[in-house]
This record gives sequence, structure tokens and C-alpha cells, in this order.
Amino acid sequence: MTVIVTPRGAPAKQVAKDDSMLKQKQMMAAHYERLTSAPETGEKVVSTFVPGNLNELVKCFDLVNNLPEVNAIQSGLRKQSGAYVLEAEKIGHSEDVCTYVKSDIGMMAKGNIGPNGKKLPNPNALLLSYTGCFTFMKWFELLREQYQCETIMLHTPYMGDGKITKNMIEYMVKQLKEEVIPKLERISGVKFDIDRLREYLKKSAKAEDDLVAVLQSAKNKPSPIDAYFGGIYYIGPIFGAFRGTDDAIDYYRFLRAEVEERVAAGKGPITPDGDMGKEKYRLVVEGPPNYTNFRQFWKMFYDEGAVVVASSYTKVGGVYDLGFRHDPDKPLETLAEYCLGVYTNRNLPMRIDMLANYIEEYQADGLLINSIKSCNSFSAGQLLIMREVEKRTGKPAAFIESDLVDPRYFSAANIKNRLESYFQMIEQKRSGAALERGAA
Amino acid sequence: MATSLKESKLADIVSRAQALFDDLSFTAARKWKEAAPGRKVVGYLPIYVPRELIHAAGMLPLGVVGGGDQLEVIHGDAFYQSYICRIPRSTIELGVSGRLDFVDGMLFPSICDVIRNLSGMWKMMFPEVYVRYFDVPQNYKDEIGGNYYIQELRELLEALGEMRGRPVTDDELRASIAVYNENRTLVRELYALRAERPWQVPAAEAYLMMRAGLVLPVEEHSALLRDYIAAAKSEERPRRDNCRVVLTGVFCEQPPLNLIKSLELAGCYVVDDDLLLVTRWLVGDVTTEGDPLENLARAFLHQSSSTAAKYEPDLAEKGQHLVRAVQRTKAEGVIFACPSFCDPALLDRPMLQRVLKAANIPYIAFKYAENSGQMQPIREQAGTFADSIKLWSGA
Ligand code: SF4
Ligand code: SF4
Repeated sequence: MTVIVTPRGAPAKQVAKDDSMLKQKQMMAAHYERLTSAPETGEKVVSTFVPGNLNELVKCFDLVNNLPEVNAIQSGLRKQSGAYVLEAEKIGHSEDVCTYVKSDIGMMAKGNIGPNGKKLPNPNALLLSYTGCFTFMKWFELLREQYQCETIMLHTPYMGDGKITKNMIEYMVKQLKEEVIPKLERISGVKFDIDRLREYLKKSAKAEDDLVAVLQSAKNKPSPIDAYFGGIYYIGPIFGAFRGTDDAIDYYRFLRAEVEERVAAGKGPITPDGDMGKEKYRLVVEGPPNYTNFRQFWKMFYDEGAVVVASSYTKVGGVYDLGFRHDPDKPLETLAEYCLGVYTNRNLPMRIDMLANYIEEYQADGLLINSIKSCNSFSAGQLLIMREVEKRTGKPAAFIESDLVDPRYFSAANIKNRLESYFQMIEQKRSGAALERGAA
Repeated sequence: MATSLKESKLADIVSRAQALFDDLSFTAARKWKEAAPGRKVVGYLPIYVPRELIHAAGMLPLGVVGGGDQLEVIHGDAFYQSYICRIPRSTIELGVSGRLDFVDGMLFPSICDVIRNLSGMWKMMFPEVYVRYFDVPQNYKDEIGGNYYIQELRELLEALGEMRGRPVTDDELRASIAVYNENRTLVRELYALRAERPWQVPAAEAYLMMRAGLVLPVEEHSALLRDYIAAAKSEERPRRDNCRVVLTGVFCEQPPLNLIKSLELAGCYVVDDDLLLVTRWLVGDVTTEGDPLENLARAFLHQSSSTAAKYEPDLAEKGQHLVRAVQRTKAEGVIFACPSFCDPALLDRPMLQRVLKAANIPYIAFKYAENSGQMQPIREQAGTFADSIKLWSGA
């Protein structure tokens, strides 16, 4: 799964206007530049994952982070992932497995060219701090084979019983203290300074506050944002390489101001085709998007006046809207809590609660699930999720299927059909409710 | 005369195991439960749970490994998309159809995202059952992963104690460890015998013996193993000109029994495998002296099987368990059989294959589902493999 796109391919007409958009574009470009020029600058690179990333800690060691998932998304958006996936299959990977992994491996096999057209450096270490998915572990075992570099594991237990226990926190803190930090010190040559970590965590929390305000702005009618398609841009900096930076603070401050302006003006979201027309349907979406046909997919929604008011995917790199903030007063525990609380590390009943609550809180018309063919972490259990949420909220739900970065599994006609009938279903539900109200 | 008696003994043992295997209603476990008031049954999925804890609480650990090729899946498919493996849907089917209605608890081991998510589904669908996602450490240091694991074991043990209304004592646990040590010894003996004389212990029979261990009380299973080993040793069976292979990838969703049989018919003696790992997850005995939870934890960390669901911290060690299995059993090749859509098995496969290649060990690979019916392609592939191995070894 996961996140982060550069504003390339983002709401085109707005680019000139929005400070946040410009800011993000410049941040991402600078980051990729820093990454690809690491061999010249001598900076050390650590590859890591989005869900459960330890960005503040990585920064304490002056390491540059490289996120293979983000690279896979970039390849998807640039329509290169299809060829990469095929390449990986050619070299022996099964057609059945996660396509993020295959996109990454295929990209590596074809020269590892990053989104800025330059070669991505070999990492000095693989920081296997992951949560919510077993595939991450296999992914880095595969990369380790390739790069022959040190792999640092931080294991996050699963919230199987829907709670974080003392034992889980102690286990994770111990791993941080005795495994992760000493190894990062050795690899980077930089001594760990916990006050430095506290500073970064403070910055994270600040940006997180603004992110939450942005996400929750969708409670307005009309919603000023699209919390899925648009949301993917909004989570970019905080889920990626920028948590704990001044850049992220600035970005989210700009973004929040812009969104608040839209609320004041009674405006809906910006789409790649400009301001969205009248808001007709408000949806909650579960599951990752499709990146190979991202714009086409989004258009199927905004053309019909459908806006996503809340989504689970924008919680894969951290669940902040339920109250969690990185806490500088307990620096290692807070990193553990962060990893444990990530969306896909929550058990199924928790996911159901979250989605059903979103429907109520954001006054949505129903739940839409985009089931990703190659992502067991999200997909296994989604049919039960759908039925439960439907039962609890009394709102209709719908199920579509696609893939993150494998274009072979995006069937535009199918998805469009499903969406159309879903919107009709919502209409019927509404007229039914109106009739009832009339009769009463 | 003597031979026919022995034969019938062997045939009886095998047919008993076959009947247990065929029984999708778990009658044996039901009977065990009914035999005395207050008895409880705790189910578990692949790959590993410490059955000693369940046993020490006086309960029956019951292995649930899907529905196989005989179960008609009616409801289960409504819970899973077509691109998810079979085992969760047939397990749901077993639950929804009432076949597991006598089970008081279910443990879902930390193996993959599918079984992980199934634990939450079970909580929702069967709220009267004690459900636990059984997490295990991916850090193998005593003071880190070990401490975490001991605490997880303690929580499970406390829950089991609550279920029976009386805490489980250390002595009970030590006694259970001893009982399982005995079982592990017999399992090792069976595997060693098969590796030595595979024509005496056909793979399908060995598998049925292990499957019986999922549904029988461990003491009965040990007795069954003992009888089988004795019978299998004493009966001379025809030796075929088969090659010797290690079967791998079959640690979760089960291959159909026919698939296992087909491999041998196609010319491959299975001399080792990763089927039903729970029966030999711990590769040595667990000491019964001292703190039993610490002992179980130490065994888990330092003497347990390697499999895809486990992180291998050392790159140089990755896949070596397979090379060692080949050497130990004098196998001539490896067969990768992986369930369709199984991320752990299929993502691990290329890494393992590279290790085998470096060690000059031939291999083939195919996928299956628990309800695969058509064995012809697999038989052909295995047959060609066997022929080519014979050709190489002859050269
Ligand atoms: S299986 Fe899903 S969550 Fe896991 S790496 Fe792949 S896309 Fe991400
Ligand atoms: S067969 Fe593989 S993917 Fe399916 S539940 Fe088992 S380990 Fe998970």
C-alpha cells in the first residue's frame, strides 16, 4: 500500500495559485535531488517504509530516506510500473504477489531510475521498520539480497485485540534502544542525541495538528477537499520524508489556510479539471487507490459530483485524526505507539468502527471499497467490512476492484458501471427516505 | 500369515488416520469433549502455536487447516475475493456451517495478513468464542524478543486458566512439555525413517499420520505414531526407482492428498517437507527444568523451524535450512509447491531458489489450491523432474 505523490499530475489549474502545492513540489524535487546526488555529496541513504517509518529518528543520524513504496507510486503515475511488474515476473516473481514489490524490483532491474530521471543510489542500510503488512518483511529480504547491505529490523506487534499493551511498547522500545539506534549510529557515524529527537517530534506534532484540521474540514458541506484523491497529495509530506521538518510545518500551515479559505467561500474541492461542480454524493472510501489510471479514476467521481469525505488509505502512514500525536516527552514510546496505531495494524473490528464512525461524522452517503488485487493486508476481510458497515450505518456500500500499480487490473468500464449503479442506489435510498419523511 | 497380520495392522492404522482426515465434522474431537464435563477445545491455524499451553489447561488443541478438496464451500466464497487463497474461505465455511461449533477458542498465528485479518473476522462472526491473534517476535534475542514472547505466552496462559476456571500451574506446564517432547521425538523418528527408507513410509501416509496429530489428544497421537513406525518398519514394501525430493512451500494451505500421492507416483519420493510445521516447529526437546515459559520461549527463539513467515536476520543464513534439509535427507532436488495467491510462500520462493542454484540443487515449482482437482500437469512436471534427476545422477 501507501502513499505519496509529487504534485506532478496534481490539480493542474490550481498549481499556480496554491502555496501549498508549490511548496510540496519544491520539497519533493529537493528530496529526490538530495537522494540521487548522495553518491557525490557522500550523504548516507537508508531505505524504509511508509507505515511505521521512523523519520524523526532517521533525521537524528543525518540519513536521507528512500521510500520504495513511493517510488512504486511514482512509477505507477508515470505509467512505468506495468513494464516493471512484467520485468519482475520475467525474473521469477509470481503473478500472484504484491505489485508494489514487483514494481520496485522491476525498476531496480531496469537501472533504478528515480522520478527525476537520475539513478537512485544503493542504500547504506535497509531500515525494516514496518507495520500492518507481512509483505514488507519479504520485500526487504529481497532487497537485502540485491544490495547486500545491513538490514535493521523493528518489529511492530499487531493490535489483534484492539489495544496497545505495555508489553508491546516495552518490546518496541527495547528494540529501538538495543538494536535500531546502535546500528544507525554505527552506519551513520553520528551519535544519538535524544534531545534532537525531541525537537523533531515537536515539529511533527505541529504539522500533524494542521493535517488533521485539513482532513476534518471535509465535515463541511460542501466539503472543501477530496479526502481520498486529493487526500493522497495532502498526506505526501507527512507520510514521506518530511515528518519532523520545518518544511512540513510550512506546508501544512499553507494547506490549512487554503482549505479554510475554501470553506469560508463555500467552495468544494479542486480537481485536475478545476473546481468541482455541485457536491452530490459524499463517500467514505476504504482501500488504496489505483495509480496507473489515477486521473481517469478520480474523474469518474468528480464528473458525477461525488466527493470522498474520509478514507482509510490516508491513515496508512499514521492515524492522527483519532488523537495520536508524536509526543516529545516520551520520544521512544511515542515512536512505538505511532507504529502500532497505523491503520492496517488495527484489527478488523477497529477498522470497521473507524469506517462506520466516519460515515456518521462526515455525514456520508455510504462506503465504497476499492479492493486491491495484490494487497492482502487491506483486502482480506473487506467483504465482511462492507457488510458490517452497511448493517451498522444503514447506508449503502459498494465494492470495486483494481490494483495499485499493475495496469492489467484496471478495468475502467467495469469500475464506471459499478460506480454509476452505486450512485443510483444512493439516489434511491434518498428518495426512499424522503418518501418516508413525507409519509410521517 | 505373519506378514498379512502386520499388513492388516499397518492398513488399520492408515485407515484410521484416513478416517480422521476425511471427517470434516471433527467427530473425534467432539467425542473427546463430550467424554467428560467441562472439557474444552481450542483450535489453531497454521503455522505454530505452543500446544503445550492448551494441553496444560486440560484442553484439546485442535488444528484447523482448511477444508481440503472434499468440503463444499458455499458461504466462504462470499467473504473473499477471487484473488485470495483458499484456506480462509474454507475455514470460514467450517465455522459458518457449524462444523466448529464445539470449539471454545481459536488461535490465529502470526503467519500472514490473511490469517491475521481472519482473526478479526472470527471475533466478529463468532463472538462467543475466545479468539486470539497469537503474535510471535521477529526479534530473536532473549532479552528483547524473548521477554516479549514470554509475556505473550503468559497472557495466553492466563486466558486459558480463566476459561477453565483455575490458573494453569508451572508443574502442569512442565508435564505438558514432557508429553509434547515425546511426541516430537516420535515425529522426528518418523521423518528420519522416511528419509532413510522412503518406500517404507509413503509421503501420503506420513502426512496422514501428522494430520491425525492435529485432531487427536497428543498422548493418543504418540501411540498412533509409535504403532505406525513399528508397523512401517516391519513390513517390506516394494522399492521403486524414484528420486528423492524435499517438498517445500506447503506450510499453510494444504495441498490435496492426491497431490502428495501424485508426486510419488510420478517418481519422486518425498524425504522431507514443511507440511504441518506445528508438529515439528521446535526442532529439539524443550527442557522441563526451570521456568516453563522461559523454556518454551528459548526453544522458539533458538531452535525452531525456518519458514517464510519468519524474518531471517542473517543474509548468509537465508535459505540454508533448505540446503541442510537436502543434505540431511540426501535429497536430489526440491519441489516448490505454493498455494496460489500466497504472498509469504511466493515471495520467499525466488530467494530460496537462488540459494539452491548456488548450491547446485535442482528444483521445480508449481502452484496449487487445496481444492485443485487436476493432477495431470503436476504429475507430468514431477515426472520430468524425476527423469532429469536420474539422468544427471547417472551422468
Ligand atoms: S501487500 Fe499491500 S500493504 Fe503490503 S506492501 Fe503490498 S501494497 Fe503495501
Ligand atoms: S496460504 Fe499463504 S496467504 Fe493464504 S493464509 Fe496461508 S500463508 Fe496466508
